[in-house]
Amino acid sequence: MRGRTAIVGIGASTFHKRGTSPDSEFKLTLKAVLAAAEDAGIDPHKIDGFASFNFDRTDPSRMAAALGIDELRFANLFWGGGGGGAAAVANAAAAVIAGLASCVVVYRGIVQGPDGRYGDGRTIGAYGRDAAYLAPYGLMTPIQWYTMRVVRFMHEHGIARDALRAISMASYHHAQANPRAVMHGRPLTEQAYEESRWIVEPHHLFDCCMENDCAAAVIVMSAEAAKDLKQKPAYILGAAQGSEYRNQARVHNAPRYGSASFSSVGPRLFAEAGVTPADVDVAQTYENFTGGVLMSLIEHGFCAPEEANDFFKLENLIAPSGRLPLNTSGGNLAEAYVHGMGHILEGVRQIRGTSTSQVPGASIAFVGSGPMVSPVSDLLLGNGNTL
Amino acid sequence: MTDAAHYLPEGLPAPALAEPELEAPYWEGAREERLLVQRCGACATWQWGPEWICHKCLSSDMRWTEVAPRGRIYSYERVWHPAHPVLKGHTPFLAVLVELPEAGNVRMIGNLLGDPLQDVQIGSEVVADYEHHNDATPPYTLVHWRIAQG
Repeated sequence: MRGRTAIVGIGASTFHKRGTSPDSEFKLTLKAVLAAAEDAGIDPHKIDGFASFNFDRTDPSRMAAALGIDELRFANLFWGGGGGGAAAVANAAAAVIAGLASCVVVYRGIVQGPDGRYGDGRTIGAYGRDAAYLAPYGLMTPIQWYTMRVVRFMHEHGIARDALRAISMASYHHAQANPRAVMHGRPLTEQAYEESRWIVEPHHLFDCCMENDCAAAVIVMSAEAAKDLKQKPAYILGAAQGSEYRNQARVHNAPRYGSASFSSVGPRLFAEAGVTPADVDVAQTYENFTGGVLMSLIEHGFCAPEEANDFFKLENLIAPSGRLPLNTSGGNLAEAYVHGMGHILEGVRQIRGTSTSQVPGASIAFVGSGPMVSPVSDLLLGNGNTL
Repeated sequence: MTDAAHYLPEGLPAPALAEPELEAPYWEGAREERLLVQRCGACATWQWGPEWICHKCLSSDMRWTEVAPRGRIYSYERVWHPAHPVLKGHTPFLAVLVELPEAGNVRMIGNLLGDPLQDVQIGSEVVADYEHHNDATPPYTLVHWRIAQG
């Protein structure tokens, strides 16, 4: 995998507040794909593959027809929820390496309409499967399922709630420099954070991702093909997906419970890429809730659990000078909830040197998708100097 | 507890059995105020929630075993945001993840009865409390927890 493929184009729709998009989900997704092709400088007819995740509703065959592509050669969907963004890119890269396709678009579009909001429980009479053992006790949405893991983790390692606040404030800080961000122009102070309402303790309102109508796309091609295109390639140095032993054992019975699910995936990522966490210049980490980011970065070895109270401070998490600038576009909390795709686009911008919160000289960017769910996935992106 | 004293308001989703043949014994046990979990007949591994085979030895000889309705708090959370319409005006409430030391430390989700603003300590000993929903169709029983006295 290392260095054999690259992200050659990125594109996104306008980011709308949930429920306000004038365009359909399909149209937003189409706009993102066209923007990515324009960014790369490729003819959209030459796209020959699609990859997505989390049961994205945009059918690749309809997309292929709408775009008039010459031939559809690869169509792939990764299981799971927000854990799939990096994996969809990896699957696209694998297809290119295997010769199944040559120009694969990874896309994700979300317009919350008839299928209801992510943040609400479904108002149906009865819940089956694992939900039968959770919903009657009032646990019906992701934050109610996953905060239980965060509380255990923070208890085991003596981590204070201030760490969560720093993660949230870093995202809002970066969003102020990013005119695309939904929370641009809405800075967050410590006081405003602390005074915001609880959602599920220890998560305040500002610890939770937004919900948005939006779409994003990236284009993956071989490293060789990437050399002749418009943009500096963001090479895929490593990719890993999966989760640890019995991570989704039924009804919260995972042996390693206080976990973001990356304890085995992270080491595989770094081993494959031949780099260490200390080599990473900037991190883009999917946030459903800040507690997942806390666990994820620790499981990837960016800091030890006993260092967390010192590491997770605002000054350490912001560009240009922090120890590990985090979510430099604003991420799911403050840029837009593109289900983690925004993090991949931002990782590419950092490698290109075009972020609105650029880390000077950034050559290796980490992208993590989907803490606490399973499967999860990761990418390491690098510039030409890293090959 | 009686029907009049439910921890959460009426109107929340009821449990539905996705695989009735697998899951019914637990729910039938709860109706009788008996706490049942699975134990492997081949290697004695405890297992929860219900599954067709033992995750350790892969035997299909999973047996329902009554366990002491005692445990300790492994994790917890205080929920403030009403994610369902009937919860509006009925938050905060407490949910706990209780491990059962006498059953291989398997864990169950329930509500922690008492003051929703109480200080909760991980590790506290708790005992089960059965909340019967006799008017539901079909009737069902939830297993809650309360702090053990003394």
